[in-house]
Amino acid sequence: MKEIFVRMERCTGCKTCELACRIEHSQSKTLFGAFMETPMPRRRLFVEMDGDAKIPITCRHCEDAPCLNACISGAISRDLKTNAVISNPDKCIGCWSCIMACPYGVVNRSLERRVSVKCDLCPGRDSPVCVDSCPTKALVYTEPEEFSRMKRQAYAATAHQAVKA
Amino acid sequence: MQKSIDSSSLAMLQVAEKENIKTVWDRYQAQLPQCGFGETGLCCRHCLQGPCRIDPFGEGPQLGACGANADVMVARGLGRAIAAGTAAHSGHAKHLAHTLLKSARGQAPDYPIRDEAKLKAVAQRLGIPVQGKSTQDIALKVAEAALAEFSEKDGPSAWAATTITKGRVETFLKLGVVPQGLDAIVTEMLHRTTYGVDADPVNLLLGGVKCALADYAAMHMATDISDILFGTPHPVVTQANLGVIKADAVNIAVHGHNPVLSDIVAQVAHEMDEQARAVGAKAGVNLVGVCCTGNEILMRHGIPPATHSVSQELAVLTGALDAMVVDYQCVMPSLATVTECFHTKLITTMPIAKIPGAVHIPFSEETARKNARDIIAIGIEAYKKRDPKRVNIPKGTHAAMAGFSTEAIINALSMLNKEDPLKPLIDNIVNGNILGVCLFAGCNNVKVPQDENFVIMAKELAKQNVLMLATGCGAGSFARHGMLSADATKEYAKGGLGAVLTAIGKAVGLDGPLPLVLHMGSCVDNTRASDVAVAVANKLGVDIDKLPVVASAPEDATEKAISIGTWAMAAGLPVHVGIVPQVLGSPTVVKVLTESVKGLFGGYFIPEPDPRKAAAKLVVAIKERRKGLGL
Repeated sequence: MKEIFVRMERCTGCKTCELACRIEHSQSKTLFGAFMETPMPRRRLFVEMDGDAKIPITCRHCEDAPCLNACISGAISRDLKTNAVISNPDKCIGCWSCIMACPYGVVNRSLERRVSVKCDLCPGRDSPVCVDSCPTKALVYTEPEEFSRMKRQAYAATAHQAVKA
Repeated sequence: MQKSIDSSSLAMLQVAEKENIKTVWDRYQAQLPQCGFGETGLCCRHCLQGPCRIDPFGEGPQLGACGANADVMVARGLGRAIAAGTAAHSGHAKHLAHTLLKSARGQAPDYPIRDEAKLKAVAQRLGIPVQGKSTQDIALKVAEAALAEFSEKDGPSAWAATTITKGRVETFLKLGVVPQGLDAIVTEMLHRTTYGVDADPVNLLLGGVKCALADYAAMHMATDISDILFGTPHPVVTQANLGVIKADAVNIAVHGHNPVLSDIVAQVAHEMDEQARAVGAKAGVNLVGVCCTGNEILMRHGIPPATHSVSQELAVLTGALDAMVVDYQCVMPSLATVTECFHTKLITTMPIAKIPGAVHIPFSEETARKNARDIIAIGIEAYKKRDPKRVNIPKGTHAAMAGFSTEAIINALSMLNKEDPLKPLIDNIVNGNILGVCLFAGCNNVKVPQDENFVIMAKELAKQNVLMLATGCGAGSFARHGMLSADATKEYAKGGLGAVLTAIGKAVGLDGPLPLVLHMGSCVDNTRASDVAVAVANKLGVDIDKLPVVASAPEDATEKAISIGTWAMAAGLPVHVGIVPQVLGSPTVVKVLTESVKGLFGGYFIPEPDPRKAAAKLVVAIKERRKGLGL
C-alpha cells in the first residue's frame, strides 16, 4: 500500500502542496475558480515551521486511527481498497472529536458546512496531487519498503565515499 | 496541449524532439505547476522581511509582514510590470534619440536623415520652427527635444501631449495621470512600490496609468525617429515563415528590437554577397527577421520575417541559420544553448544585453556599417561549418503585405478621396460595411498553442466586418498564417469589410483587395494605430473613448504588453487580454481594471482566455460604441 512520505530537508515552505490540495478538492478544479467557490475548499495537509525548519505534515492514514476510533457518528471509516481513512461529510456532525484525537493535527474544518475535512489520498488520481505538485519532490508517494530502500541507497553512497576516503 | 498551429514551427519541434534539444515548451512543462501565489499576484519580494504571500483561500495570512493586503500587493506588482515595460520602450527610444543627435552633429555618417518630410512634420508638431532652417538644424532641435523628455522636467511629456486628443488631455489632467519625465515616472513607480510607500491600491493603479502614458510617449518617439532616420514605411510584399531561410545562401537573422542595428545590417547585407558566394553560398547573403526588429526591416525594406516570439529558437533548428544577431528585449538566453547544437553563431551587440556563450560584437553608431560588416562576416565564416545533412527548412511560406504606416494608410484612402481621405473610412464605418476596428498586438505565449488565439479571433472578427490592424509578434502571427494577404480577405471577409478592402485595393492599383489584416509595424508602431484613432476622433469631433475601436493582445506575454495594454485602456479603448496578468488575487483590482476605469477613461480591460468568446465580447463592445454614436 503506497503512503505519502516526507523528505523534510527538501521542503522550501512554498505551500504549493496546500494550494494544489484545495484546487483538487474544489468544484472547478482550477486555482482561479477554486478560491471563488462556496464552500471554500480547505487544505488537508499543512506546512508548519519549527525554528527555521519547514515541516510538511500529512495524514498518516493510521492503522489504528485515533480519529476513526473517536468518531461518534461513524462518519470516519477506512476505504478497504486504498486503505485510506476517509471522512464522510454527510454523516459528520461536527463534534470535533477527531480533531481532539489526531496527534498530528491534520484534520481540518469546512467553515460553511461545519464538518471535518481530511486527506483522502485523492481518489480517482494515480497519485495524490500534493505529491505531484511539489516542485522539489519533498513529498514522495511510494511503498514503505521502497522509501526505506531509497534511504538505504542514499546512505550506502555516503558510507561508500567515507570508506574510500 | 498542442504547442503551435504553425506547421513550420511544428516541423522544427519534431527535429527538437528527435535531437533531444530542449525548447521553451520543454522548459515551461518542467516549471509546472507554477506557483499559485505568483499566478494570483499574491507574492511580494519588495523587502527583506519577506518574501510574503497572501492566501487566496483565506486560511493563511491575509496581510504581508508590513501590513500590505491583497489589493496593495497586486497593485504594486502590476505597477512594477508597467514600469519595466515603460523602461524597455524608454531605452529603445532614447537609443534612437542619441543616434539622431549624433546624426545632426555629423558624428554618425552611417545615419543620414532619410525622411526630411517626417522630420519636419515631427518638428512642427512639437512647435519647433522649420521655415528657413537646415535639415541638420531641425534634426538637432528634435533630438534635443527628445532627450529632454526623459528626466526631471517642468510640464507634461511633449511626445504625449502633442499627439493625443484634447479630450484625452483633459481627462488625464483631471485624473492626475499626465507624465512629465519618461524615466522620471519609471523611477517614481519603483519608489512608490518599494517598502512602505504607496499603500492605496487605486492610487497605485493610477500611478501605473501615468507610467503607461509615458510608455506611449516613448513608443511614439521611437516610431518617429526611426522613420526620420530610416524612412517612413510604405506597402511592401514578401514571404513569411521559416521557409524564407534559403539553403543556398548565408542566412543571417536579426532579432530584438532596434532598427539602429537591424536597418544598418539590412543596408549592408548585399555588399557582402561576393564573400558569401566565395564560400559556396550561391545566393549570397540572405537576411531574415525575427520579432520586432524583423518587423522594422520588413516594413522598410521588405526583408522576410522568419518567425516570432515563442518560436524564436526554431529558426536555429532549420540547420541553415548561419548567424543570429541580437540587440535587446524578447531575446531568450536559451538561444546560446540551442545555437551550440548547430554551427549557428549567436551575436550580441549591446553593452546592456549580453548572453554567455554568444559572440559579443560591440555595436556603436559611429562605426555602424563596419560593425554590421563584421557581423555578416561572422555569418559567412560560420556557413563553412554548416552540415548540409542537418539542413531541414520547412516549406510553406505565405505571401505577406506589410508597411502600413499611418502615412501609407492615409495615402491609400486619399486614392478614394483626395481632399478628405478619412471620409471613406468614416463613411464605411457609419454605413456598417465596417462594424468597427480591432488592433491586434502583443506576443505569443507558451501557455497557448502558438497563434491559435490570433487566428481564431481574426476569422471571427472578419465575419463581423471588423477592420483589423496588427503590430509586433501579433502581426507576425498573421504573416505566418497567410492573413496579411488578399487571399485571406477573399476567403474570410465576405461581407462589407471585403467590399471596402477591395475598393481601396482597386483604388491604389492592386489587382485584388487589401490584405485581411493591415500590418502597421513593430510594437512601438502601435502608436501608428493610435495616430489613426486620434485622427478619426478629431475629425468626428468626439474623443477616442466614443469610437468603435478595440484592442486585443490574445497571447500577451511581456511586461511591455502590460504597459501597452494599460495605455490603450487609458486612451479609451476596450482592451482584450488572452493571458490574464497576475492580478486575480485581488478582486478589487480586477473590478477597477474591468469596470471602474470605464467611468474614468472610457476604456477597460476584457480578460478572456477563450478566443471565440473574446471575439464575441469585442463585437459587443464595438456595438455598444456604435450605439453611443447613434449608428
